[in-house]
Amino acid sequence: MDDKLQKPFYALLGVVTLGLLGWGASSAGAQGVAFGLFTALTLGGSLICVWERSVVRSAFSLMGTFTGVAGLFLLLGADFLAVAQILIYVGGILALILFGVMLSPPDLAERKLSRVLGGLALMLGAVAWVGSKVAGTVTWATADVLPEPSTKVDEIGVGFLDPEGYVVPFELAAMILTVALVAAVYIARRKASDLTDPRAEERA
Amino acid sequence: MGLGAYIAVSAVLFAIGVVCIVARRNMIYVLMGIEMILNAANINFVAFNRFNGDAMDGRMFAIFVIILAAAEAAVALGIVLNVYHLFESIKPGDADLMRD
Repeated sequence: MDDKLQKPFYALLGVVTLGLLGWGASSAGAQGVAFGLFTALTLGGSLICVWERSVVRSAFSLMGTFTGVAGLFLLLGADFLAVAQILIYVGGILALILFGVMLSPPDLAERKLSRVLGGLALMLGAVAWVGSKVAGTVTWATADVLPEPSTKVDEIGVGFLDPEGYVVPFELAAMILTVALVAAVYIARRKASDLTDPRAEERA
Repeated sequence: MGLGAYIAVSAVLFAIGVVCIVARRNMIYVLMGIEMILNAANINFVAFNRFNGDAMDGRMFAIFVIILAAAEAAVALGIVLNVYHLFESIKPGDADLMRD
Protein backbone atom coordinates (compact mmCIF):
# COMPACT_ATOMS: atom_id res chain seq x y z
CA MET A 1 0.00 0.00 0.00
CA ASP A 2 2.85 2.32 0.85
CA ASP A 3 4.48 2.22 -2.56
CA LYS A 4 1.17 2.79 -4.30
CA LEU A 5 0.80 6.13 -2.51
CA GLN A 6 4.31 7.30 -3.43
CA LYS A 7 3.38 8.55 -6.91
CA PRO A 8 0.14 10.32 -5.92
CA PHE A 9 2.01 12.05 -3.08
CA TYR A 10 4.68 13.49 -5.36
CA ALA A 11 2.08 14.35 -8.01
CA LEU A 12 0.14 16.26 -5.36
CA LEU A 13 3.32 18.08 -4.32
CA GLY A 14 3.94 19.07 -7.94
CA VAL A 15 0.40 20.35 -8.41
CA VAL A 16 0.58 22.35 -5.18
CA THR A 17 3.93 23.83 -6.28
CA LEU A 18 2.48 24.91 -9.63
CA GLY A 19 -0.54 26.37 -7.84
CA LEU A 20 1.71 28.34 -5.47
CA LEU A 21 3.77 29.68 -8.39
CA GLY A 22 0.64 30.70 -10.27
CA TRP A 23 -0.88 32.35 -7.21
CA GLY A 24 2.37 34.25 -6.58
CA ALA A 25 2.62 35.39 -10.20
CA SER A 26 -0.96 36.61 -10.28
CA SER A 27 -0.80 38.42 -6.92
CA ALA A 28 2.65 40.03 -6.85
CA GLY A 29 4.51 39.46 -10.12
CA ALA A 30 8.15 38.41 -10.06
CA GLN A 31 8.46 38.72 -6.30
CA GLY A 32 5.36 36.59 -5.94
CA VAL A 33 6.87 33.88 -8.14
CA ALA A 34 10.00 33.89 -5.95
CA PHE A 35 7.84 33.70 -2.83
CA GLY A 36 5.87 30.79 -4.29
CA LEU A 37 9.05 28.97 -5.25
CA PHE A 38 10.67 29.35 -1.82
CA THR A 39 7.44 28.45 -0.06
CA ALA A 40 7.10 25.31 -2.18
CA LEU A 41 10.75 24.43 -1.45
CA THR A 42 10.29 24.96 2.31
CA LEU A 43 7.00 23.15 2.78
CA GLY A 44 7.65 20.49 0.13
CA GLY A 45 11.01 19.61 1.67
CA SER A 46 9.52 19.27 5.13
CA LEU A 47 6.56 17.22 3.84
CA ILE A 48 8.91 14.82 2.03
CA CYS A 49 10.94 14.62 5.25
CA VAL A 50 7.90 13.42 7.20
CA TRP A 51 6.72 11.20 4.38
CA GLU A 52 9.80 9.26 3.25
CA ARG A 53 10.67 5.93 4.84
CA SER A 54 14.44 6.25 4.51
CA VAL A 55 16.17 8.58 6.97
CA VAL A 56 18.76 9.54 4.35
CA ARG A 57 16.09 10.78 1.96
CA SER A 58 14.43 12.70 4.76
CA ALA A 59 17.73 14.32 5.74
CA PHE A 60 18.42 15.39 2.16
CA SER A 61 14.90 16.71 1.65
CA LEU A 62 15.49 18.83 4.75
CA MET A 63 18.09 20.64 2.63
CA GLY A 64 15.18 21.94 0.53
CA THR A 65 13.51 23.27 3.67
CA PHE A 66 16.62 25.09 4.86
CA THR A 67 17.36 26.55 1.42
CA GLY A 68 13.76 27.68 1.04
CA VAL A 69 13.85 29.43 4.42
CA ALA A 70 17.08 31.16 3.35
CA GLY A 71 15.25 32.34 0.23
CA LEU A 72 12.38 33.70 2.35
CA PHE A 73 14.97 35.59 4.44
CA LEU A 74 16.32 37.10 1.21
CA LEU A 75 12.82 38.22 0.23
CA LEU A 76 12.48 39.81 3.67
CA GLY A 77 15.68 41.81 3.09
CA ALA A 78 17.80 39.90 5.61
CA ASP A 79 20.77 39.06 3.36
CA PHE A 80 23.24 38.24 6.11
CA LEU A 81 20.78 35.94 7.81
CA ALA A 82 20.10 34.10 4.54
CA VAL A 83 23.81 33.44 4.02
CA ALA A 84 24.23 32.42 7.67
CA GLN A 85 21.24 30.10 7.31
CA ILE A 86 22.81 28.32 4.32
CA LEU A 87 26.24 28.14 5.97
CA ILE A 88 25.05 26.87 9.34
CA TYR A 89 22.00 24.78 8.49
CA VAL A 90 22.81 23.35 5.06
CA GLY A 91 26.55 23.18 5.69
CA GLY A 92 26.67 22.33 9.36
CA ILE A 93 23.54 20.95 10.97
CA LEU A 94 22.58 18.88 7.93
CA ALA A 95 26.05 17.28 7.82
CA LEU A 96 25.69 16.58 11.55
CA ILE A 97 22.30 14.91 10.99
CA LEU A 98 23.76 12.85 8.14
CA PHE A 99 26.52 11.64 10.45
CA GLY A 100 23.83 10.66 12.93
CA VAL A 101 22.06 8.76 10.13
CA MET A 102 25.26 6.93 9.24
CA LEU A 103 25.84 5.89 12.85
CA SER A 104 22.36 4.54 13.42
CA PRO A 105 20.69 1.37 12.11
CA PRO A 106 18.33 1.58 9.13
CA ASP A 107 14.75 0.79 9.98
CA LEU A 108 12.52 0.98 6.93
CA ALA A 109 9.52 -0.47 8.75
CA GLU A 110 9.38 2.34 11.30
CA ARG A 111 7.05 4.69 9.45
CA LYS A 112 3.36 4.18 10.15
CA LEU A 113 1.52 5.86 7.31
CA SER A 114 -1.69 6.14 9.30
CA ARG A 115 0.15 8.01 12.06
CA VAL A 116 1.86 10.38 9.60
CA LEU A 117 -1.31 11.14 7.64
CA GLY A 118 -3.43 11.43 10.76
CA GLY A 119 -0.91 13.76 12.40
CA LEU A 120 -0.70 15.91 9.28
CA ALA A 121 -4.49 16.13 9.00
CA LEU A 122 -4.83 17.01 12.69
CA MET A 123 -2.08 19.66 12.78
CA LEU A 124 -2.93 21.25 9.43
CA GLY A 125 -6.57 21.33 10.44
CA ALA A 126 -5.61 23.04 13.71
CA VAL A 127 -3.49 25.58 11.80
CA ALA A 128 -6.33 26.24 9.36
CA TRP A 129 -8.81 26.71 12.23
CA VAL A 130 -6.57 29.11 14.16
CA GLY A 131 -5.68 30.86 10.91
CA SER A 132 -9.31 31.44 10.03
CA LYS A 133 -9.97 32.83 13.52
CA VAL A 134 -6.96 35.16 13.30
CA ALA A 135 -7.57 36.24 9.71
CA GLY A 136 -11.03 37.46 10.64
CA THR A 137 -9.77 39.90 13.27
CA VAL A 138 -6.36 41.11 12.05
CA THR A 139 -5.45 43.36 9.15
CA TRP A 140 -1.96 42.45 7.94
CA ALA A 141 0.64 44.94 6.81
CA THR A 142 1.30 44.72 3.08
CA ALA A 143 4.54 45.06 1.19
CA ASP A 144 3.81 48.35 -0.59
CA VAL A 145 4.22 50.51 2.54
CA LEU A 146 7.64 49.14 3.48
CA PRO A 147 10.87 51.13 3.63
CA GLU A 148 13.94 49.85 1.82
CA PRO A 149 15.51 47.07 3.87
CA SER A 150 18.84 47.92 5.43
CA THR A 151 21.34 45.39 4.15
CA LYS A 152 24.41 46.65 5.99
CA VAL A 153 26.17 43.84 7.82
CA ASP A 154 28.02 46.22 10.13
CA GLU A 155 24.71 47.13 11.79
CA ILE A 156 24.53 43.56 13.04
CA GLY A 157 28.09 43.76 14.38
CA VAL A 158 27.34 47.07 16.11
CA GLY A 159 24.16 45.56 17.53
CA PHE A 160 26.15 42.67 18.96
CA LEU A 161 28.83 44.78 20.61
CA ASP A 162 26.84 47.88 21.60
CA PRO A 163 26.36 48.02 25.40
CA GLU A 164 22.87 49.41 24.73
CA GLY A 165 22.26 46.51 22.36
CA TYR A 166 22.92 42.82 22.63
CA VAL A 167 26.38 42.50 24.17
CA VAL A 168 25.22 40.41 27.15
CA PRO A 169 23.27 37.84 25.07
CA PHE A 170 26.22 37.80 22.66
CA GLU A 171 28.66 36.86 25.43
CA LEU A 172 26.17 34.36 26.81
CA ALA A 173 25.81 32.77 23.38
CA ALA A 174 29.60 32.49 23.17
CA MET A 175 29.69 30.78 26.58
CA ILE A 176 26.86 28.42 25.66
CA LEU A 177 28.50 27.46 22.36
CA THR A 178 31.80 26.70 24.07
CA VAL A 179 30.24 24.70 26.89
CA ALA A 180 27.80 22.85 24.61
CA LEU A 181 30.39 21.88 22.02
CA VAL A 182 32.94 20.70 24.58
CA ALA A 183 30.19 18.75 26.32
CA ALA A 184 29.03 17.25 23.02
CA VAL A 185 32.56 16.04 22.26
CA TYR A 186 32.88 14.63 25.77
CA ILE A 187 29.54 12.81 25.62
CA ALA A 188 30.10 11.43 22.13
CA ARG A 189 33.64 10.21 22.83
CA ARG A 190 32.82 8.08 25.87
CA LYS A 191 33.62 4.45 25.27
CA ALA A 192 30.74 2.00 25.03
CA SER A 193 32.30 0.00 27.88
CA ASP A 194 31.89 2.99 30.21
CA LEU A 195 28.15 2.83 29.75
CA THR A 196 26.30 0.03 31.43
CA ASP A 197 22.68 -0.90 31.08
CA PRO A 198 21.61 -2.42 34.40
CA ARG A 199 18.97 -4.45 32.63
CA ALA A 200 21.11 -5.76 29.79
CA GLU A 201 20.62 -9.44 30.71
CA GLU A 202 16.90 -8.99 31.11
CA ARG A 203 16.76 -7.28 27.73
CA ALA A 204 18.80 -10.03 26.06
CA MET B 1 3.81 39.66 -0.30
CA GLY B 2 2.17 40.77 2.91
CA LEU B 3 2.99 39.76 6.43
CA GLY B 4 0.12 37.26 6.49
CA ALA B 5 1.67 35.10 3.76
CA TYR B 6 4.89 34.68 5.73
CA ILE B 7 3.01 33.91 8.93
CA ALA B 8 0.99 31.27 7.09
CA VAL B 9 4.14 29.61 5.72
CA SER B 10 5.73 29.55 9.16
CA ALA B 11 2.56 28.15 10.77
CA VAL B 12 2.40 25.28 8.28
CA LEU B 13 6.13 24.58 8.69
CA PHE B 14 5.63 24.47 12.47
CA ALA B 15 2.73 22.03 12.08
CA ILE B 16 4.79 19.70 9.86
CA GLY B 17 7.67 19.89 12.36
CA VAL B 18 5.37 18.81 15.20
CA VAL B 19 4.11 15.90 13.09
CA CYS B 20 7.73 14.95 12.35
CA ILE B 21 8.47 14.78 16.10
CA VAL B 22 5.30 12.99 17.14
CA ALA B 23 4.53 10.62 14.28
CA ARG B 24 7.94 9.05 13.63
CA ARG B 25 9.57 6.55 16.00
CA ASN B 26 13.19 7.57 15.47
CA MET B 27 15.30 10.07 17.40
CA ILE B 28 16.84 11.45 14.17
CA TYR B 29 13.36 12.50 13.09
CA VAL B 30 12.85 14.24 16.42
CA LEU B 31 16.00 16.26 15.73
CA MET B 32 14.84 17.14 12.22
CA GLY B 33 11.42 18.18 13.53
CA ILE B 34 13.03 20.48 16.09
CA GLU B 35 15.07 22.12 13.34
CA MET B 36 11.88 22.70 11.33
CA ILE B 37 10.16 24.29 14.31
CA LEU B 38 13.13 26.58 14.99
CA ASN B 39 13.15 27.60 11.32
CA ALA B 40 9.43 28.40 11.51
CA ALA B 41 10.09 30.62 14.53
CA ASN B 42 12.91 32.32 12.63
CA ILE B 43 10.66 33.13 9.68
CA ASN B 44 8.26 34.75 12.15
CA PHE B 45 11.02 36.80 13.79
CA VAL B 46 12.40 38.10 10.50
CA ALA B 47 8.96 38.76 8.97
CA PHE B 48 7.69 40.72 11.98
CA ASN B 49 10.97 42.62 12.05
CA ARG B 50 10.61 43.55 8.38
CA PHE B 51 7.01 44.66 8.68
CA ASN B 52 7.55 46.65 11.89
CA GLY B 53 10.01 49.29 10.76
CA ASP B 54 13.09 47.10 10.13
CA ALA B 55 14.68 47.87 13.52
CA MET B 56 17.11 44.88 13.45
CA ASP B 57 15.83 43.37 16.73
CA GLY B 58 14.04 40.45 15.07
CA ARG B 59 17.08 39.64 12.99
CA MET B 60 19.30 39.59 16.08
CA PHE B 61 16.91 37.15 17.77
CA ALA B 62 16.98 34.98 14.64
CA ILE B 63 20.78 34.89 14.77
CA PHE B 64 20.68 33.82 18.44
CA VAL B 65 18.15 31.12 17.55
CA ILE B 66 20.50 29.81 14.84
CA ILE B 67 23.41 29.79 17.32
CA LEU B 68 21.40 27.83 19.90
CA ALA B 69 20.13 25.44 17.21
CA ALA B 70 23.70 24.61 16.25
CA ALA B 71 24.67 23.91 19.87
CA GLU B 72 21.50 21.88 20.40
CA ALA B 73 22.10 19.74 17.32
CA ALA B 74 25.65 18.89 18.43
CA VAL B 75 24.62 17.92 21.97
CA ALA B 76 21.54 16.00 20.79
CA LEU B 77 23.61 13.94 18.36
CA GLY B 78 26.06 13.04 21.12
CA ILE B 79 23.11 11.92 23.23
CA VAL B 80 21.62 9.90 20.34
CA LEU B 81 24.95 8.11 19.82
CA ASN B 82 25.13 7.21 23.50
CA VAL B 83 21.53 6.05 23.58
CA TYR B 84 22.27 3.80 20.62
CA HIS B 85 25.35 2.34 22.35
CA LEU B 86 23.36 1.72 25.51
CA PHE B 87 20.05 0.40 24.15
CA GLU B 88 21.02 -0.63 20.59
CA SER B 89 17.97 1.24 19.36
CA ILE B 90 17.16 4.87 18.62
CA LYS B 91 13.45 4.65 19.15
CA PRO B 92 12.49 7.30 21.72
CA GLY B 93 10.31 4.80 23.57
CA ASP B 94 13.16 2.35 24.14
CA ALA B 95 15.19 4.70 26.32
CA ASP B 96 13.31 3.95 29.54
CA LEU B 97 16.00 3.56 32.24
CA MET B 98 14.44 6.17 34.52
CA ARG B 99 10.94 4.80 34.24
CA ASP B 100 11.14 2.43 37.19
